[in-house]
Amino acid sequence: MTAIVNEHIQPALPPPPVRRRWNGTRTTGWIALAVMIGLLGGLSLYLILAWDSELVAKYAPKYWKGLQITLGLVATSLVFGAAMSLPVAMARLSPSRTVGALAYAYVYLFRGTPLLAQVFLVYYGAGEFRPELQSVGLWAFFRDPWNCAVFAFALNTAAYQAEILRGAIQSVAKGQWEAAEALGLTRLQAFRKIILPQALIVALRPYGNEIILMLKGSAIVAIITVLDLMGETRRAYSRSFDFQTYLWAAVVYLLMVETIRNIWERLEKRLTRHLRRDG
Amino acid sequence: MDEMLALLSLGDTGWGDEIASGVGVTISLALATLPLGLLIGFFVALAKQSEEQTLRLAGNIYTTVFRGLPELLTLFLVYFGAQIGIRQLLLAMGSETTIEINSFLAGMVALGLVFSSFSSEVFLSAFRAIPRGQYEGGYAIGLSRFQTMRLIILPQLIRIALPGLSNLWMILLKDTALVSVIGLSDIIRQTGIAARVTKEAFLFFGVACLLYLALAILSSIAIGAINHWAAKGDAPR
Repeated sequence: MTAIVNEHIQPALPPPPVRRRWNGTRTTGWIALAVMIGLLGGLSLYLILAWDSELVAKYAPKYWKGLQITLGLVATSLVFGAAMSLPVAMARLSPSRTVGALAYAYVYLFRGTPLLAQVFLVYYGAGEFRPELQSVGLWAFFRDPWNCAVFAFALNTAAYQAEILRGAIQSVAKGQWEAAEALGLTRLQAFRKIILPQALIVALRPYGNEIILMLKGSAIVAIITVLDLMGETRRAYSRSFDFQTYLWAAVVYLLMVETIRNIWERLEKRLTRHLRRDG
Repeated sequence: MDEMLALLSLGDTGWGDEIASGVGVTISLALATLPLGLLIGFFVALAKQSEEQTLRLAGNIYTTVFRGLPELLTLFLVYFGAQIGIRQLLLAMGSETTIEINSFLAGMVALGLVFSSFSSEVFLSAFRAIPRGQYEGGYAIGLSRFQTMRLIILPQLIRIALPGLSNLWMILLKDTALVSVIGLSDIIRQTGIAARVTKEAFLFFGVACLLYLALAILSSIAIGAINHWAAKGDAPR
């Protein structure tokens, strides 16, 4: 069939490639790109030229230690936060108005104030209640800045994650609940087997953002003397007065964030492959 | 209770006036950063939706870098980097003077860079929500590219981008807390000093949290009003 058609009707030739003319936009584009590459290239060149093997030998192991502390801190906070976010999200969705209002107040409080203020409140505030904390045996916990940071971070991310979860659960159509009920599932079964799997797919992207937000936000623990990656960087700078200490930290943070973003993108693609129609 | 009120009162004995000046600094820093971040963000978004590949690439590099760095690190990079850069420049010119970078300016630039990289994404998705026909309609009635942008695209763009931008404003308001680290006397720094002097850390940092909360509530009222104003042009339902 196609052969006959092609014989009688010549297939149209593809249009000739448009000759892109040199105009203002193109000039701006090249200038912008040149500036970007110039800046980034200049900084990279500086890092290469200023390579100081003594400095690197001295501080690289410390950066590595700091990196481990950063990752440990973020992972611990995220896990505790996730565990705490579930009851908060449930409370937000509760039909009881008082429970809902309490959960909303919690979420609003932690999302409306800076993480730095929360960390200060926990770290410096705990010192004030030392006798009380000692009498209940919690002082050993709050004496350590790392613990205080995890405590504040977990409370903070729990508020954010609760909102993510609530939005995701609400995005699942009401008919799903009704269908589960019609099948004779209890509410818990329906939630666990029908609602949550669908909600988590919706929540996937915001969860990824929350991880990155937490990783970036964790840099502030350096201010309360935790020697995470940022803390080690600050210490290295205050000793060497060498600006490349900060640049190396920037490189490490950028690599981490981009890696997580890529992993998350792949994970999302894999987990939503049943929803795509083209594949 | 009376002791607490005395600590928070105005005048020589209380810390109320110091903290109030901190609130002023926080608000003015956020307000000064906003136009800078919006303007840069808008142009970066323009670059990212351009047909020119090089412009898109440049815009994407910009966003990737400033979205991926911790805000605190960006602040230090700007603050110390500018100081070192200017000193080197002055040395090259044969001058030995050292210049202190104004921490307000450094904070404004750093937060502006972060804000613009996020707002460019908001603007970009708003640009994509406007159909091509709107541009073509503009050109068809004889408007220039600039006029089409100003009279047809921008009014719609602002309306679509408003929810995303108000989110970013809330984030900006909280991020200003970081400039206390480079010595700007904002809410956190002033309450921190008060906490150290009076040994009432919980009270003063609690007050700081409440102040930020109050600012957030005030902002959401203002944003509600702006939303109302922006929705005026919508067809009545």
